Amino acid sequence: MRALDLDYMLGLVPVILGYVPLTLFMAGAGMVLALILGALLAVERVAKVPVLDWFVVLFISFFRGTPLLVQLFLFYFGLPQILPSLTQIDGVTAAIMGLTLHFSAYMAESIRAAIVGVDRSQWEAAQSIGMTQGQMMWRIILPQAARVAAPTLVNYFIDMIKGTSLAFTLGVTEMMGAAQKEAAGSFLYFEAFLVVAIIYWVIVEILSQGQKRLETHLNKAFVR
Amino acid sequence: MIRVRGLTKHFGAAPVLDGIDLDIADGERVVIIGPSGTGKSTLLRCLNFLDVPQAGVITIGDVTVDAAHARKADILALRRCTGMVFQNYGLFANKTAKENIMEALTTVQKHPRAEAEQRALAVLAETGLADKADSFPAALSGGQQQRVGIGRAMALGAELLLFDEPTSALDPEWVGEVLDLMRAVAERRQTMLIVTHEMQFAREIADRVLFMEGGKIVESGPPSQIFGAPQDARLRKFLQRVEG
Ligand SMILES: Nc1ncnc2c1ncn2[C@@H]1O[C@H](COP(=O)(O)OP(=O)(O)OP(=O)(O)O)[C@@H](O)[C@H]1O
Ligand SMILES: [Mg+2]
Repeated sequence: MRALDLDYMLGLVPVILGYVPLTLFMAGAGMVLALILGALLAVERVAKVPVLDWFVVLFISFFRGTPLLVQLFLFYFGLPQILPSLTQIDGVTAAIMGLTLHFSAYMAESIRAAIVGVDRSQWEAAQSIGMTQGQMMWRIILPQAARVAAPTLVNYFIDMIKGTSLAFTLGVTEMMGAAQKEAAGSFLYFEAFLVVAIIYWVIVEILSQGQKRLETHLNKAFVR
Repeated sequence: MIRVRGLTKHFGAAPVLDGIDLDIADGERVVIIGPSGTGKSTLLRCLNFLDVPQAGVITIGDVTVDAAHARKADILALRRCTGMVFQNYGLFANKTAKENIMEALTTVQKHPRAEAEQRALAVLAETGLADKADSFPAALSGGQQQRVGIGRAMALGAELLLFDEPTSALDPEWVGEVLDLMRAVAERRQTMLIVTHEMQFAREIADRVLFMEGGKIVESGPPSQIFGAPQDARLRKFLQRVEG
């Protein structure tokens, strides 16, 4: 067994850190889009629009039922063969699209559960004062559902950050890709990937702390 | 003026409202009594389409809706001339007492915020909850929540207020304050349709009492008749049971 090359690792940290913004960009963009799509899917699941509902159920089932890596390969390598206009899409865009679709399916389920958790009498009260469905959802139901679903949604964000490492397989030079290239020159694979692991770990720890604070804050909401 | 003709509702095969006809004059206070499961709540809920009736024509003020071909816009219009007080209050948990009252005024009736806020504060003062304006429902007692619920309905300026057992979910200690507030509402000649099991209150507040059974209005009359000289055998039996 050889000793860890700590100097090499320390030197590598700033290099890999330089790719953190790309990771956060992919996860951040994916999160925003997945939240919007997830909320729309959830509202549809609650409203059960005829025919559309069938497609939404299928969508959610597919994206929860297959691995993210398989979905990314299907989109990036598979789809362009069928729809040639998609060949223009670069790896980062494909990764964001894949993360969005994959996580929106999960988020739809937790948002839906939070929506139906808002007690019946509030739905009826909103209707009784003459609110439209949209006003009721937007002003009464979703704000409450968001608070219930928030901790779970932060978990999905954490999963998504880790999921961005799969963009490497689409040829994107993100943290993994950068470490791989560095290690190809130095042959210090263990050190290089350990640096990547530690940086992911630190990011996730920071988010977990934020999540705890968010939960305490949310538990106090609406009591005064 | 409220006018209901042939209001019919089934859940599955069982008829729950069996062709209800009902007229209520402006300012009239009508109380519905009757055994459990006879369609009292369903009648109220059909009047604002929380339950959708299969047949019947409902006129409230200048809005008329025929259940056979009710469009979304008709239903909204009907709801906008009624206010409802629920057994479980139905307060919006994400809004303060004041915001609960303002919500319909700003979002539905499109009054300016400042005006809505003034009206909400005035209503809260009338319900004796001026100091609770910025409290969320979770921080209020059952009685206080129901008073906000009544205030929310009062503030609408609705043609008709519907009360579905507004004191049934309350601890006994809070019942009195809610009934007092309802008396105050009644005093303004607000048209009210009230389902209650509080017989003493019914006797006192009602211009007219309806006794429902089996999805029908079996007997209707002033409290003196309904409680003093009931005609229908089923009503007599019901009164014996509830008044002991
Ligand atoms: N959503 C529903 N689905 C099926 N049946 C229903 C539904 N709502 C009410 N019912 C039935 O309709 C009948 C009338 O119910 P309703 O709630 O109007 O009675 P009620 O007179 O208000 O009784 P209570 O005094 O217990 O409140 C009952 O037999 C009830 O089981
Ligand atoms: Mg009832």
